[in-house]
Amino acid sequence: MNELVFFVNNVVIAGSVTGAIYAIGAIGVTLIFSIMRFAHFAHADMMTFGAFMVLVLTTAFPGIGMGIGVPTAIVMLPIAMLLTALLAVGIDKTFYKPLRAHGVKPIVMVIASLGVTLILQGLIRLFAGTGGQGLYVDDRKAIFRMLPFEDVRVPIVITEPQVYLFGITLLAVIALHLFLSRSRLGKAMRAMSDNPELAQASGINTNTIVAVTWVIAGGLAAIAGTLLSLDVTFKPDLSFFLLLPIFAAAIVGGVGHPYGAVAGGFVVGFAETLAVFNWAVLLRPFRDSLPTWLELPSNLAFVGTEYKIVVPFFILVAILVWRPTGIFKGKVI
Amino acid sequence: MPLIEARDVYGGYGGMNILNGVDMSLEADEVGVIVGPNGAGKSTLLKAVFGLLHVNQGDILLHGKPIQNLPPHQLVERGMGFVPQEKNVFPSLTVQENLEMGAFLKPQNVKRMLGQVYEFFPPLQEKRHQPAGELSGGQRQMVAMGRALMAEPSLLLLDEPTAGLSPLYMNEIFDRVKHINAAGVGILMVEQNAKQALAIADKGFVLAAGQNRFTDTGAALLADPDVAKSFLGG
Amino acid sequence: MADSNYTPQDATPRASRLPLREICLFGALLITIVGVYAAMGAAYSTRMLVEAACYAVLALGLTIQWGYAGQFNAGVMGFVALGGVSAMLFSVPVNDAFWNSELPAELGKVLLYAIGATLLVVAATKLTRLGVPKRVRTVFAVLLAIVLYMVVISLLRDVTADIESQADFVGGLGLPPWLGWIFGGALAGVVGYFIGHVCLGLRSDYLAIATLGIAEIIKAFLKNSDWLTRGTATVSPLPWPTPGPAELGFTLSRAIYLSLTAVIIAGIFFLLHQAYHAPWGRMIRAIRDNEISSAAMGKDINKRRLEIFVLGCILMGIGGGMLASFNSLFDPNGYLPLNHTFLVLVMVILGGPGNNLGTIFGAVAVYIIWIMSEPLALYLMDLAVAFGAFAFDWQAPANIDSRALQARVLVIGVLVTLVLRFAPKGLLPERVRHHD
Repeated sequence: MNELVFFVNNVVIAGSVTGAIYAIGAIGVTLIFSIMRFAHFAHADMMTFGAFMVLVLTTAFPGIGMGIGVPTAIVMLPIAMLLTALLAVGIDKTFYKPLRAHGVKPIVMVIASLGVTLILQGLIRLFAGTGGQGLYVDDRKAIFRMLPFEDVRVPIVITEPQVYLFGITLLAVIALHLFLSRSRLGKAMRAMSDNPELAQASGINTNTIVAVTWVIAGGLAAIAGTLLSLDVTFKPDLSFFLLLPIFAAAIVGGVGHPYGAVAGGFVVGFAETLAVFNWAVLLRPFRDSLPTWLELPSNLAFVGTEYKIVVPFFILVAILVWRPTGIFKGKVI
Repeated sequence: MPLIEARDVYGGYGGMNILNGVDMSLEADEVGVIVGPNGAGKSTLLKAVFGLLHVNQGDILLHGKPIQNLPPHQLVERGMGFVPQEKNVFPSLTVQENLEMGAFLKPQNVKRMLGQVYEFFPPLQEKRHQPAGELSGGQRQMVAMGRALMAEPSLLLLDEPTAGLSPLYMNEIFDRVKHINAAGVGILMVEQNAKQALAIADKGFVLAAGQNRFTDTGAALLADPDVAKSFLGG
Repeated sequence: MADSNYTPQDATPRASRLPLREICLFGALLITIVGVYAAMGAAYSTRMLVEAACYAVLALGLTIQWGYAGQFNAGVMGFVALGGVSAMLFSVPVNDAFWNSELPAELGKVLLYAIGATLLVVAATKLTRLGVPKRVRTVFAVLLAIVLYMVVISLLRDVTADIESQADFVGGLGLPPWLGWIFGGALAGVVGYFIGHVCLGLRSDYLAIATLGIAEIIKAFLKNSDWLTRGTATVSPLPWPTPGPAELGFTLSRAIYLSLTAVIIAGIFFLLHQAYHAPWGRMIRAIRDNEISSAAMGKDINKRRLEIFVLGCILMGIGGGMLASFNSLFDPNGYLPLNHTFLVLVMVILGGPGNNLGTIFGAVAVYIIWIMSEPLALYLMDLAVAFGAFAFDWQAPANIDSRALQARVLVIGVLVTLVLRFAPKGLLPERVRHHD
């Protein structure tokens, strides 16, 4: 049973945590792709920016959360979301809109977004330095230990930021669903993703939709970056390791498909944790009943943790080979 | 004052003119039909009216006010509706959501106009929660026209509404066009099925090589042996 | 894309047009180089020029992918690293501690197991021919692949751990470096083939994502395979194909290395020039400029695209080998997206994508700026700190130097943005002649 708890801690919880972060990131990428038709490489850096804003605000007002019993970083999250949304709209106005107006190919937009990546990274590193910093400035990170089974010594461990992560992810997905299916702007967004020319011919102001898309993508990016930094630490170079899994998640779910992106995020997140999980642990209880000629190696992980990045890449290539439209059939390729 | 008027319009893509001095004029409540051989500039004229391509010379007037080269969403605000020939629905949106998009600029109208559109196109009401991409070609055409009507246009532009439809649906669509017109909406459409289209037309414009060849009432054009010989297949 | 930069003087025959722009730009470049020589000394400046020349090879690789064919490779770093590791493995002396032990045989055995396992899995996928239902076959093949993979990877982990503990690493082959460069090019080409094969039929964004990923994977592999590359312990010195500084002194030996790289660039330049004007080059450009109509003309678009992508990757591999040999150091951690992907990208788009001469100009010019920006950034930062301390009594953070270097990330980002916006065709645009 100890082994099972170990599995729950290292795969079920860890996979859900990674999956949720990838999912929120992938929603943003997929929305931007469906409205503006390019892969936005600066997305992970918008996540870092959001987390950085929370860090700055939390450092400036460390005591605020104490009064209401919530970590200060969570209190600051809405402000950081707003700031990141503003940044996203600003980036679009300064960097992407002029190129769009020129009617450049989507790949030029991709390169432009790489330029934005570098600018954001440079700025964040300039102000934040290169080391890691915790987002828990004055608060204590609560850790919940559960012992659900009798005579099991190892507890199931879940931390406070992880609980917030699951809660906020759920909230964000529900809110997005309601926005896309109920609100006038949300429907117009889907319409524009379906058929931009017809959307324009219907009188939908495409500039508004583009701005709304950036606001949502920026807000979600701030959530993902903050929750990730809460769970581990804030680092200015978080982004490069997030980019590939997030794109893989968006493509697995079908590009332009927000619900697919959520599913894709969890697929990639669980695939990563399953791949680095040492399966020998689960087989250990059966060691005595195994035939003697079969000597179990101590390490039965598919890939070492240092090769984690292989997993999203493998998934990406596999999906591109077998089903480039993604598991839920994305609309645009 | 005519509802829509084109005066000596030159226009096309990338500096090349496809329209070489076209005149066109339509009163409110009239049905105008543009016919002509392939490459005559029929759809081009329609797109020029709706601001989808650049007018290099000449005027296009809506209610007597020049509108050439205005962006489409401003034209929608001024009472124009456009139904493209292809890709004229939002496939992943439901029928009702498609229609709502038509009234994007006038959200207060949605309820009232939905009722009216469902009256024009009864089949759409029962399919209103189905994604438009799953509908048949004829029903999709209805969704497209319904979407354009949602903004309560005074002028509806239809680009080959019956292209690719079975004869049964074709008649249905022409029938609907007459109904819509009877409700007070001016209609300007491009049609390949010239005979049937001219039969319901108040005005017909026969284009060739980007210029007017014949302009008359629909009935007169149908009766004209020259038109019949050159453009209606005898 | 090509139509929009069609201007009358492009159409005039080349003979009657004095390449004024080229002369001015290269003249300015020459003056700058002379200035650097005067300011920084010959040894330093020659080293800078050799590195710039190696980067020019990388930039030529990227210019044929991006400029000729519109393919955006966001993982130049990976191919450069492949060239580097190959140069290292070919040129470093033979490690007797490894070869005189059981370990090569063990490693060979694992390799054979790996081949055997691959064959078994491939055979399992063919089971349908024996009448096994497709679904059963797929499940069986996947399970078999997982089990065999686990077996092979466990064996490999054992062997590599033994190599690390007994022999440090596998060592090199003690062959001339240029063999390693060629092999590095081939290696990069093979990896490029697989990536291109998967991605080139799809939207160009996917290629960018996939190359970005493969570059990180190659780096992770090289960094963590201590048995092959000594990982973070780094390998040095790497021998030069030309007489080293120990024999001739820094300036002269570097100058000889520089002439070798110049010869290689001249060779590549000549071959590319020929290919560009050959029917093959015209076809490539036709595909880039109008995919649909060239497809209608019956051209095998994906095959041509694959050819050009692989060719670009080969050049990057060769350039990576040249760079590693010159630095006389193989350090997997030294491969950074900023230095080895984005810097090359800036060189290409600033110089002129699709214009080989422009690309070489861009490579040398940007590299000089890059190298000079380091002392310049530190100087400016110091100035700012001094001013801050003077005016606001401000205590500068301790790691101000490392932060100043981060500013170069910013500079490259701003450069990419400005060039895309204001000179998307580069300083020396590709000359499109419509009469060919």
